[in-house]
Amino acid sequence: MAYQVNGSEIEHDEEGYLTDLSQWNEELAEMIAKTEDIEMSEEHWEVVNFLREYYDEYQIAPAVRVLTKAVGKKLGPEKGNNKYLYELFPYGPAKQACKIAGLPKPTGCV
Amino acid sequence: MNDETEFESGVVKRLMFVNRKAPHGTIYALEVLEMILISAAFDQDVHLAFLDDGVFQIVKGQDPSALEIKNFAKTYRALEGYDIEKLYVDQESLEERGLSADDLLVDVEVIGRDAMTELIDTMDVVFSA
Amino acid sequence: MPALHTVNKSPFERDALTACLARAAEGSTILLIEDGVTAALAGTRHAPTLTAAAGRFSLAVLGPDLAARGLAGRPLVPGVKVVDYDGFVDLAADSSTVVSWL
Repeated sequence: MAYQVNGSEIEHDEEGYLTDLSQWNEELAEMIAKTEDIEMSEEHWEVVNFLREYYDEYQIAPAVRVLTKAVGKKLGPEKGNNKYLYELFPYGPAKQACKIAGLPKPTGCV
Repeated sequence: MNDETEFESGVVKRLMFVNRKAPHGTIYALEVLEMILISAAFDQDVHLAFLDDGVFQIVKGQDPSALEIKNFAKTYRALEGYDIEKLYVDQESLEERGLSADDLLVDVEVIGRDAMTELIDTMDVVFSA
Repeated sequence: MPALHTVNKSPFERDALTACLARAAEGSTILLIEDGVTAALAGTRHAPTLTAAAGRFSLAVLGPDLAARGLAGRPLVPGVKVVDYDGFVDLAADSSTVVSWL
């Protein structure tokens, strides 16, 4: 299974998570978002970029509870809450935003 | 299961993960780390102990990139965000290996062997590797 | 209730037994299983380790693991009790917690 971006194939697993996260780019993120019915706004990008930074620092995709708390710390309480994050990513901020960010599925998500 | 898995029974157990193996040579350290992250979803009283070669798991400056292994040492620093903050290191194990708390990449409580013995004995469940 | 500590590595190969004996609380049960059963044999280089621990712990070895290795009839370190699988289950059920040293 693969995403097609500018003529190149980028492999993903059966749920759409990238096999090799070094292949991620912003164009691909837009495309994955589209398959999730998400139109990427500045607010979406803020969370996706936050996740990529989190991954770079800790080498894991955070559980949603941890993401919410960390977003609150970094971007303020008006963004560090479930309502805000679920409005942006209705099927779960950890799952959906991680997929768009090219990260693996968060540990602990069955 | 959705993103917000919660443990409903309300029984909080004293849980300990005992790490005794050096990282990278075997899969134990990484597997236990994943179990620890998963355990955080269940609101238990989680404790981590690093004994014997397990202390090497949290030594600063690890770079397994040439082995093409994920640098999961960084993940121990994420545990605080998961509210896992009870980390204990066996003092003798550190000393035997020429290490001190300054060589470690996370905040830990360094305790002597007797204190470790007592601590392990108070646990309801112990996972070790 | 005391804890049950199991050791499944031979002392000739790994330090699991030493590590266990150093951290188990007095009064705990130490059960030798799998390759760990070699530690129970009398007269070996490592027998003194277990002999020295006999006063502080209740010592046991899993019979089927001795038998599997052709060691069932051999003399054991004094104080080591041989248990079968049912005995293993009883020990686990009677313990506050089970700690495996591997």
